[in-house]
Amino acid sequence: MATDLAPPPVKAVPDPERGPARVPIRTALLRYRWLYLMLVPGLAYFVVFKYLPMYGLTIAFQDFVPFLGYSGSEWVGFKHFEELFTGPDFGRLLSNTLILALLTVIFVFPAPIIVALMLNELRVSVLKRSIQSLIYIPHFLSWTIVASLTYLLFAVDFGVIANFIHEVFGGPRTDYVAQADWFRPIIIMQTLWKSTGWGTIIYLAALASVDPNLYEAARMDGAGRRRQFWHITLPAIRPTIVVMAILTSGNLLDASFEQIWLMTNSLNRSVADVFDSYVYYIGITQGAFSYSTAVGLFKGLAGVVLIFGSNWLAKRLGQRGLF
Amino acid sequence: MSVNHYKSLGSRVFDALNIALLTALALVTVLPLLYVLAGSFATESEIATRPFFLWPEKFVTDTYEYIFGTGTFVRALITTICVTAAGTVVQVMLTFTMAYPLAKRYLPGRALVLNLVIFTLVFSGGMVPTYLVVRDLGLLDSYWALILPLAINPFYLIIVKSFFQELPQALEEAARIDGCNEMGVFFKIVLPLSKPIIATFSLFYAVGIWNDYVSPLLYIDDSGKWTLQVLVRQLTSADAENALAQLDSVFFPAQGLKFAVIVIATLPILFFYPFLQKYFAKGVLIGSVKE
Repeated sequence: MATDLAPPPVKAVPDPERGPARVPIRTALLRYRWLYLMLVPGLAYFVVFKYLPMYGLTIAFQDFVPFLGYSGSEWVGFKHFEELFTGPDFGRLLSNTLILALLTVIFVFPAPIIVALMLNELRVSVLKRSIQSLIYIPHFLSWTIVASLTYLLFAVDFGVIANFIHEVFGGPRTDYVAQADWFRPIIIMQTLWKSTGWGTIIYLAALASVDPNLYEAARMDGAGRRRQFWHITLPAIRPTIVVMAILTSGNLLDASFEQIWLMTNSLNRSVADVFDSYVYYIGITQGAFSYSTAVGLFKGLAGVVLIFGSNWLAKRLGQRGLF
Repeated sequence: MSVNHYKSLGSRVFDALNIALLTALALVTVLPLLYVLAGSFATESEIATRPFFLWPEKFVTDTYEYIFGTGTFVRALITTICVTAAGTVVQVMLTFTMAYPLAKRYLPGRALVLNLVIFTLVFSGGMVPTYLVVRDLGLLDSYWALILPLAINPFYLIIVKSFFQELPQALEEAARIDGCNEMGVFFKIVLPLSKPIIATFSLFYAVGIWNDYVSPLLYIDDSGKWTLQVLVRQLTSADAENALAQLDSVFFPAQGLKFAVIVIATLPILFFYPFLQKYFAKGVLIGSVKE
């Protein structure tokens, strides 16, 4: 009968606040077999879809031939990395990626902070909540939808924005989406539209946790709104800003593959190609598995360096880091 | 004595400006969506001649009739609904069953597994190695390729784990005394207590699959297995004309079609949006991430 086997005799389940009991592995496996069993499917997922691909990164150092497999393919050391660094594409990829990262830092990162601070000053709560409800919406829309909206709004013949530019600034009607010059502004506009509203949530949460007594005391001392802002509101969200800055820096090189791929066309390739879209193009569509894996690995490692670097920097500057 | 700073002129000007700017932001956010909705019910000529409108002069449903009468669309819609439903079930089951043992601090080996999970947030094998794994598993052109590679979101897993840690242990203890094994405790006690959070993550996972474009791009070649997002892309991108040529009909409202297919791909999300927002507004996620 199942209950005969069923441990754990209640006493054997330690205090949930305590760390793991020190018991031999076999005893632990037996005692907690149900818990371990529940762990298996999820663990299998992580092994197969997260850690196997990490093992697959070894093909960056091989001339991988699918037919020969991971163990049979020839090892070539850093050949693909040399090819990447000395090849004609690297400079363009790096500068495209860095420029987009820079524009993100300048325009995208501060936007939710500013909007959150503006919402925080809004004291008509009905209006505040309605505005919040509306500006969160785009977060839930797919990049395909955002890209399609962009194509419609910028359409040469009937697009609202294209029309507006034509009416206001004159000049011939052009297909902005197909122009290299317009690629970066459009990408940044899309990101702002999609993520600004949602990004305010975390800052608003930090602002909501400020003790109202602080403002009260400041008012008693004669501080105006501006001084309350500088001395109470802004310091209150500084830790959040630091954490978000670290997280953002880790993702800077990721430069949303989905978004960029959807806006890339043959005319704006020169500015649109970033590491991720290059990996897709070279790796998946052209089948250069080893080379593209090397590119991906380079980018992944650079991301790790960035996130740890900015965490270190934050701590050096006296802020609480992420880890 | 404190002065009421909110009544000063500068303060009022600031408030007025603030409200104006925020309202403008809200309008910029929703107007494109309303325009697309209106455009999907407008005639081809109205779309071509009026640059912007929120209400069509002549209300027509041509595009929708065309869409629901075309095999390609109906198939993509059904595919997307089925993959989303099946995928959400798989994702939620895997996430919750894994989160429960990870919430037990006394479980030997828990820290190791948790670290393995967290490491995947910082570093990953990347696109091509993952593609090769999916290919080696024989999942190319299979609907499972749209589900399994994304089966557990590590962020969600950690949040659910934190939620389980907060649950009162007394009920679980009582069930154990009654002879329930851990699996029984999980299904009979813990899951019923977790209904709101199950609902929340079901919605988030569902939105994720519904919106996913990268997985079909990577893993699905067969145009008979296209999802709605791929179709949206095919119809509205620069190469739209090629895609339109593949459709099984001669006449179609070309521009209106773009509007309508965006509406169809967006509407379910907007339908569930109030629920999505409700749970987020409560700070479910943010509060627990802090741990």
